[in-house]
Amino acid sequence: MAYASDGIASHRLPPDDYVRNFADLTPPLSRHEATVAADRCYFCYDAPCAQACPTHIDIPLFIRQITTANPHGAAETILGANIMGGMCARVCPVEQLCEEACVREHAEGKPVQIGLLQRYATDTLMAEREGQPFVRQPDTGKRIAVVGAGPAGLSCAHRLAMLGHGVTVFDAKPKAGGLNEYGIATYKTTNDFAQREVDFILSIGGISVETGKALGRDVTLTQLQADYDAVFLGMGLAGFNSLSGMPEFAQVTDAVPFIEELRQASDKATVPVGRKVVVIGGGMTAIDAAVQAKKLGAEEVTIAYRRGPEHMKASQFEQDLAKTSGVTIRHWAVPKSFDGTDGRLTTVLFDHAPPGLNGPPETVAIQADMVLAAIGQSLFDEPLGRTVALSGGRIVVDAERRTSHTGVWAGGDCVFGGQDLTVAAVEDGKQAALSIDRFLRGAQALPQAAE
Amino acid sequence: MADLSTNFLGIKSPNPFWLASAPPTDRYVNVTRAFKAGWGGVVWKTLGEDPPVVNVSGPRYGAIHGADRRLIGLNNIELITDRPLAINLQEIKQVKREFPDRAMVVSIMVPCEEKSWAHILPMIEETGADGIELNFGCPHGMSERGMGSAVGQVPEYIEMVARWCKHYTRMPVIVKLTPNITDIRRPARAAKAGGADAVSLINTINSVMGVDLDRMCPSPHVDGKGTHGGYCGPAVKPIALSMVSEIARDAETQGLPISAIGGITTWRDAAEFIAMGAGTVQVCTAAMTYGFKIVEEMITGLKSWMDAKGYASLDEFRGRAVGNTTDWQYLNLNYVVKARIDQDLCIKCGRCHIVCEDTSHQAIWPIVDGVRKFVVNDAECVGCNLCADVCPVEGCITMEHQTEGTDPRTGLRYDRPYANWTTHPNNPASTVKIAAE
Ligand SMILES: Cc1cc2nc3c(=O)[nH]c(=O)nc-3n(C[C@H](O)[C@H](O)[C@H](O)COP(=O)(O)OP(=O)(O)OC[C@H]3O[C@@H](n4cnc5c(N)ncnc54)[C@H](O)[C@@H]3O)c2cc1C
Ligand SMILES: Cc1cc2nc3c(=O)[nH]c(=O)nc-3n(C[C@H](O)[C@H](O)[C@H](O)COP(=O)(O)O)c2cc1C
Ligand code: SF4
Ligand code: SF4
Repeated sequence: MAYASDGIASHRLPPDDYVRNFADLTPPLSRHEATVAADRCYFCYDAPCAQACPTHIDIPLFIRQITTANPHGAAETILGANIMGGMCARVCPVEQLCEEACVREHAEGKPVQIGLLQRYATDTLMAEREGQPFVRQPDTGKRIAVVGAGPAGLSCAHRLAMLGHGVTVFDAKPKAGGLNEYGIATYKTTNDFAQREVDFILSIGGISVETGKALGRDVTLTQLQADYDAVFLGMGLAGFNSLSGMPEFAQVTDAVPFIEELRQASDKATVPVGRKVVVIGGGMTAIDAAVQAKKLGAEEVTIAYRRGPEHMKASQFEQDLAKTSGVTIRHWAVPKSFDGTDGRLTTVLFDHAPPGLNGPPETVAIQADMVLAAIGQSLFDEPLGRTVALSGGRIVVDAERRTSHTGVWAGGDCVFGGQDLTVAAVEDGKQAALSIDRFLRGAQALPQAAE
Repeated sequence: MADLSTNFLGIKSPNPFWLASAPPTDRYVNVTRAFKAGWGGVVWKTLGEDPPVVNVSGPRYGAIHGADRRLIGLNNIELITDRPLAINLQEIKQVKREFPDRAMVVSIMVPCEEKSWAHILPMIEETGADGIELNFGCPHGMSERGMGSAVGQVPEYIEMVARWCKHYTRMPVIVKLTPNITDIRRPARAAKAGGADAVSLINTINSVMGVDLDRMCPSPHVDGKGTHGGYCGPAVKPIALSMVSEIARDAETQGLPISAIGGITTWRDAAEFIAMGAGTVQVCTAAMTYGFKIVEEMITGLKSWMDAKGYASLDEFRGRAVGNTTDWQYLNLNYVVKARIDQDLCIKCGRCHIVCEDTSHQAIWPIVDGVRKFVVNDAECVGCNLCADVCPVEGCITMEHQTEGTDPRTGLRYDRPYANWTTHPNNPASTVKIAAE
């Protein structure tokens, strides 16, 4: 039994605990709950919630469709604007988007449960209906290459297919879905939802997915441009920022692969985790890594973030989730060094310098037998071979998601100035598809809008 | 402490809350439970001639619900009592003996023949009941057999039966009216002409609750077929209130005692009917939705409101709203209100704007100085109240009476004296014309 042993070990908990710990974070609404929740919506004029949604779902309309016992219609409203409405309902930080804008949030601090209602509608449609509500327009004969089968790539591919174009999606990984499949926290997307959603999206037809095919390794951009009428880059951020200048320990790893291993494990008990885990970072990835480490049975989990709570990229909801899951968050802690014996990590040392501290930072030592670095990912730009302009290490696009290179569009995490959210990637893909369509139909190119 | 005791046609009850003739008053067990719960009186479930009628064994009731299954309207196809007359009479007698301080009125529906009434009335009198109510109301089933609303829709029959009843019994006679008629004053006048002591209203309203879109038949259905039934519950209250007010203010029936029925669910509903002239109120659906305990809310609620207003007895406010109920033609056309939006309460949902923009007078701006802000444009606002009706925040939009200055919409001064349609220059029928300013 590894329940309380030091070091990185699997099977820390009794088997049933894993099932409970990784169950749905917010269970879905029943039909009656949905009807009652939907009745709270005021059907606002020019609704602030819809304005706040990056994909501009007509929220009051879909909620009203739920109140009239028309969840399929509601789902069509949602999916017409956002083909990943199912995943977004699970992973969107609604407390920063639609629900934050809801007039009832301002009035009572209790917004309409837009996220849960969206999930109710999309789940109902997917459970009760074969295929999807959209059909392809007549074949245009045009072919588009999409690099990356994450939210940006799949959204782009789906919209292009709807518009009658043929699409080939290339992805380096063995499964499509991008971070939906490999990154999102387990308890947000249970029951293999990511793959079910991929199948749902692809059921429109006209899209072929080539997994295990990496740009730069198996195909080149030049080749794609030669073989296809347009290219969309939705390759996310395949590189990790590293903790440079720190002593190396095998127990210090990146958070994303740790999460990926967890997501792919059919039996969560087999995923090893430390007894005392320190997660470095302040974004969604840090929270997810910390919470899931805790759920795997780590006794002590600490998130160490170099600045204050208001600077964290993780939303208040996420921060609260970490706390209620038993994770300690330490602010103003800048990692300084690791310490250990015989190659085994024992301690992380931080400079602790809260604002208002006089004099040099204090050194704080936190015991750890596992460190997960969640200090950001970066664009692995080698495959692009200097063809497209970058800024801040990411691809520059205009309002239509056109890169500097004619015939090449990009969207999602790999572009500069985005929100690094699933829903934003979906919108990028959709807008790029619409732009590609206009381009291919020879419509007058719109002026380059300043962002 | 306010006194709720009631004397209606000499029938005394500790409070004005009676259970209407319906399933809650169908039998000894129900009625004794109701009296223990605090109800002031009952109108026993309508009695008929033997052999008793039979009810369907399929569903009798259908309902309209709000989102959280709050029952808004109920409909039924139940007939009068389906138990033998003798059992009912014996139980009525027993209950009256056990609860002498409560009102016991017996509802009757027998064929429109004098001998039927002459036969049944002495038997009812023998029970010690306080009065009778003539059920001229049921719109379903019984009406197909020439009873219920089939009688209630013919004023001559009402008058005739009321007269028989006054002849064959000393008990006070209440005529229960059907709302399924064009002008409710006609049957009320007929009841009065026949010598009835009071009217009670409303019975249920003819209705089909819905269509089952799979079976393509009315819902609820009995073996694939449906029929119209009687509608009642909160949804019908405004209709009942209007009908009560018509009788209360009609010159011919003024002063005729009224027992008000229809959608009464809370103390406030009851207070409103009493202010509209009702002597007692009768409740059916509210009890069928929540059980007898709701009377506690009604009693305590009515008492606290009366205490707060300084009314010591029901008579002190009874009928006080009747005089203020008038015809459209007498409304003051020079009374001008404008909508006012309390910006501190406004949550910026925009509903006031869109309903005014799409369906009224384009009088609410959605954007002011480039920001989302809802402000009334007095130059267009006609004071219709629609915005206030749809605003989700109570008290956020008010209709403010304008007294000083000029209405930018009409160019007329706000302080013009009372003037109504009868004298308006646009009224072709007006004799005295007051020129527009
Ligand atoms: C741990 C974690 C948790 C998150 N949680 C949330 C959350 O709760 N809510 C939320 O809104 N967002 C969350 N995000 C962010 C969200 O997942 C991303 O913003 C979103 O997935 C971006 O979509 P994308 O399509 O741009 O990139 P990705 O999802 O990263 O997909 C990119 C795809 O491209 C493929 N690829 C990369 N390079 C190549 C190449 N050279 N050739 C071929 N294919 C390639 C990858 O294999 C991948 O499939 C989280 C991110 C992480 C890391
Ligand atoms: C199931 C049911 C049965 C009824 N039966 C009778 C009846 O036998 N005699 C009668 O006079 N009214 C009958 N009514 C009408 C009620 O007494 C009452 O007039 C009507 O329901 C309106 O009041 P409410 O809105 O409080 O229910 C019945 C109503 C219901 C719902
Ligand atoms: S802001 Fe809130 S209340 Fe208004 S439409 Fe959106 S969800 Fe409904
Ligand atoms: S309806 Fe009421 S709350 Fe909504 S915008 Fe108008 S005034 Fe404000």
